[in-house]
Amino acid sequence: MTAKLIIDGQEVGSRLFLGTGKFPDKSLIPQVIENSKAQVVTVALRRMNFEAQEENIINYIPDDCILMPNTSGARNAEEAVKIAKIARAAGCGDWVKIEVISDNKYLLPDNYETIKATEILVKEGFTVLPYMSPDLMVAKELEKVGAAAVMPLGAPIGTNRGLRTKELVRILIEEIEVPIIVDAGIGKPSDAAEAMELGAEAVLVNTAVATANDPVIIGEAFGQAVEAGHKAYLAGLGRTKKYASASSPLTGFLNEGAND
Amino acid sequence: MLIKVNGKEEEINEEITILQYLENKGVNPENIVIQYNGEIIDGEDVDEIILVANDNLEVLKFVGGG
Repeated sequence: MTAKLIIDGQEVGSRLFLGTGKFPDKSLIPQVIENSKAQVVTVALRRMNFEAQEENIINYIPDDCILMPNTSGARNAEEAVKIAKIARAAGCGDWVKIEVISDNKYLLPDNYETIKATEILVKEGFTVLPYMSPDLMVAKELEKVGAAAVMPLGAPIGTNRGLRTKELVRILIEEIEVPIIVDAGIGKPSDAAEAMELGAEAVLVNTAVATANDPVIIGEAFGQAVEAGHKAYLAGLGRTKKYASASSPLTGFLNEGAND
Repeated sequence: MLIKVNGKEEEINEEITILQYLENKGVNPENIVIQYNGEIIDGEDVDEIILVANDNLEVLKFVGGG
């Protein structure tokens, strides 16, 4: 791992990726992006509701960000491919987060359909970042078909439950060459730092920022946590031990010989 | 005549362009993505294409998402 994050040959300035859903006030988004220093920003594509028209989310995202439309709403590979192509044709660039979900309770991704969609979209020239349930064989397959990164979930979407899949994510980090980006479930800055200390190349956070009392301040905290966690990983963490190991010398105590 | 908009059938009275259809709905065409019979179309086409019976229009937009 280098100090710079490179995805599909492109240098990315921040290891915090930001989702734009659930913000109580969308006008906060530019400030959140600025304070968190996030560069890769996700959006979704939906049919317009003529009765409740809202401002286009793209208008809140600074031009120097990398837009990463997701394929949320897709229930299979075919639908994901369709959404990705529409988003690109609409000027969103080549990046796409594959999200194929047919389970409405836990919103767990369909790994099989995700591989299929990834393979098709890579051939079409997309930079494909698939959201997946952490499984080594699936991650290897995603890498083989050309995924630019692999994005295992930390916990189900929107739960803020943290890095529950840590042991599995650790295996992906060890075994997969392309960047591992922990997506979903990251609930607080310390969760993000934990993922980065483990060796994740980035994290994608949405709900934890958007639903905090102050999204701007917590966005900044997430940016700092991601940076701190990454630095800790680069530095190499000290070993954990079962028994105490004094930090101060165990010789030359001032009371030595006092009772002689 | 009947056209399909966002998966629902809709009766429109006269031959109008896509732009006129959108304006009737109060939609700013700059902020949306239009798929006309399966093809993404841009600014000029929106103003030029006249809707005919059985056309399939998808009016899409980017929204917040993670």
